[in-house]
Amino acid sequence: MRSRVPWLLVVPAVLGMAFLVLPLAGLLVRAPWSTLPQRLSEPQVLEALRLSLVTASVATAVCLVLGVPLAWLLARTDFPGRRLLRALVTVPLVLPPVVGGVALLLVLGRRGLVGQWLESVSGFSLPFTTAGVVVAEAFVAMPFLVIAVEGALRAADVRYEEAAATLGASRFTVFRRVTLPLVAPGVLAGAVLCWARALGEFGATITFAGNFPGRTQTMPLAVYLALETEPEAAIVLSLVLLAVSVFILVALRDRWVGAAA
Amino acid sequence: MLKRLVVVVSMFVLAACGSSSAPAETELTVFAAASLTGTFTELGKRFEAANPGTKVTFNFGSSATLAQQITQGAPAGVFAAASPATMKTVADAGLAGTPTVFVKNKLEIAVPPDNPAKVENLKDLTDPEVKVALCAEQVPCGAAAVKALDAAGLKVTPVTLEQDVKATLTKVELGEVDAALVYRTDVIASAGKVTGIPFPEADQAVNDYPIATLKDASPLARRFVDLVLSKQGEDVLTKAGFEAP
Repeated sequence: MRSRVPWLLVVPAVLGMAFLVLPLAGLLVRAPWSTLPQRLSEPQVLEALRLSLVTASVATAVCLVLGVPLAWLLARTDFPGRRLLRALVTVPLVLPPVVGGVALLLVLGRRGLVGQWLESVSGFSLPFTTAGVVVAEAFVAMPFLVIAVEGALRAADVRYEEAAATLGASRFTVFRRVTLPLVAPGVLAGAVLCWARALGEFGATITFAGNFPGRTQTMPLAVYLALETEPEAAIVLSLVLLAVSVFILVALRDRWVGAAA
Repeated sequence: MLKRLVVVVSMFVLAACGSSSAPAETELTVFAAASLTGTFTELGKRFEAANPGTKVTFNFGSSATLAQQITQGAPAGVFAAASPATMKTVADAGLAGTPTVFVKNKLEIAVPPDNPAKVENLKDLTDPEVKVALCAEQVPCGAAAVKALDAAGLKVTPVTLEQDVKATLTKVELGEVDAALVYRTDVIASAGKVTGIPFPEADQAVNDYPIATLKDASPLARRFVDLVLSKQGEDVLTKAGFEAP
């Protein structure tokens, strides 16, 4: 027999759902549906969308390559200052993204601590480039991945890893053949969060990478600037970003998470 | 238990009613363009000193954003915009009194103190080796920059189109760009961190700042606007780099 659903849970759950979904409905209601196709065909919209998808995906790849080992280090090893390091990793979560952008400029900018040296050696400087967008997005989004993967690692049963080690597997082999498959759902969830955060990134991107159509103007930047003069165009852009991200997330879920379950 | 809760809640309601009816006479909210932050804060202090018991609160931001907040019902008594266009959106909605232009602001070239690209005039900005930041065309400083460059017949390819004038200035202060077009008032406000270079074409792109009282504002709003338009107001504003209209 199914027990009754407790009202104390249902009421706040419904309120919470309404709180999250209603603003979305607001966008849909106010969208200028009649001029929608014409606005969508503007080359700048497609350019911004393409740039957003590419940079968010590359940023997620960067976060996976650097973030998964970092999460492993935090979850599976013990060294002095580990707790402090763990707290520091989450700093971009609490830092206002604009401040994150300024911090990136101070380090990687043309006159920054590292950027100065980079420019004198290679003549290349990150701000105002598409690579700069990826850096800003990865900076803000990586903690989401690290936290998700670390959580999965802590929840995973270490006895499998120990068994593999007693059978003679090296630590890296254990990581690759046992740990990673074990926490794959966690890695995937982290990557999805990370990608979504990178896709919506605004503050750090506009501060560090600036805003130039086709090079650094991602969808959130285009939305913000459209809001200054044409709120309707901003709504259209927001809807496009929303539709594309929801489509991709749902498709991924059915394909991987669904298959895994 | 329930009774007590009712008492507490009704006290809250009463308190809320009490505080919302009183301040109409003594509190004034002014929405003003970000470029007016320094001068209006100063004028607000003078206003409070001249009218004891009053309190002026400011909301500084991009004029377009402020205009949108006002048309969406934000409670404000006075609106001071950085462009007639943004004031017009509020006036068109029937929310503003007759606007008066109270100052003008001109563009200048801002360069880092060491001027690494040796920028001397507007034409130097067309050099592809010179990294230039402009405001996006959607915001008043960007519209002014386009006008000035058009007037000079020059084509500049910036590395970035910033969302507001302060962000543009920050890029110069940090040395990320070699030059930017910003308002003279911003250059003065950042004295020491950037150097300003006036250019003749700026006369073709002067920004008018209109001010107006808003619908249903208290008499305080009118008095604040009068202060801004007075000789005293003009002195504060011109000292900061604005020009009298």
